[in-house]
Amino acid sequence: MLHEQVALVTGASRGIGRAIALELAQSGAKVAVNYAGSEDRADAVVQEIKDNGGEAIKIQANVSQGDDVSRMVKTVVEEFGRLDILVNNAGITKDNLLMRMKEQEFDDVIDTNLKGVFMCTKGVTRQMMKQKFGRIINISSIVGVSGNPGQANYVAAKAGVIGLTKSNAKELASRNITVNAVAPGYITTDMTDQLTDEQREQMLALIPLNRLGEGADVARAVRFLASGDAAYITGQTLHVDGGMVM
Amino acid sequence: MAETFDRVKQIIVDRLDADESKVTMEASFKEDLEADSLDVVELVMELEDEFDMEISDEEAEKINTVGDAVNYINSVS
Repeated sequence: MLHEQVALVTGASRGIGRAIALELAQSGAKVAVNYAGSEDRADAVVQEIKDNGGEAIKIQANVSQGDDVSRMVKTVVEEFGRLDILVNNAGITKDNLLMRMKEQEFDDVIDTNLKGVFMCTKGVTRQMMKQKFGRIINISSIVGVSGNPGQANYVAAKAGVIGLTKSNAKELASRNITVNAVAPGYITTDMTDQLTDEQREQMLALIPLNRLGEGADVARAVRFLASGDAAYITGQTLHVDGGMVM
Repeated sequence: MAETFDRVKQIIVDRLDADESKVTMEASFKEDLEADSLDVVELVMELEDEFDMEISDEEAEKINTVGDAVNYINSVS
């Protein structure tokens, strides 16, 4: 499905990013596994891809730093010769009630979750324009559509990602580069493992399909948007949330 | 000087599918050669590759005509 294609997945050492990296590799793409700090876990993802007969490399980079992003994109192109798919997945949370949220907490989350998407997209555009082909998939969140108390910074960033997706989609469409977003709902990861049982129950009551999502649910949606099957889709936000927000 | 112009001209003809006779030193990319903003950005990228140089965003913004591009390339190489 994605044979001979090259994918860069940011924040791919764990959680949803890891599931996406594995899924794209399974579909035949060569995958660059970006990570910020978890080198051991990035190594494990690369190893798992190789064990399944795929090709992968790891690249350390902070997605909000221009120099890091330039170096990362250069490495991918040097290693694999091209860059077809960018998945902007890297994200952090620093939840707090609005009245308690520190300016630094707001800035940190915007830097990684929103500015990082801008920086990485800008970084790959030159290569994709030359190729006259590109698939950019931004991982937003359903809370970017619905809002969520205690996550002013995260929600602002994720809503920003949806706007950025639309703007970039319009700007790059003439060069055969599509830009779409995927908005996951509640997915079981390290982030949601910290929830109490009571919080989980409350959450399930809001999900028509009555289960939390898996990383693989999101990864399959990303694979679809990266594939030729989605060639005529751009600027869209695909909700992968069990029907939570319609 | 003439050589730079010829190389730049060739890239413009290829990239913008422009009529050769229209590609003069005075020709404006947007007005005369029907390029949009993205075309100009792409053209600058190709010039960087062709002449093995980096053109900063500030300098690139000043390039409006074929002559601007040729003169900039000659001034730095």
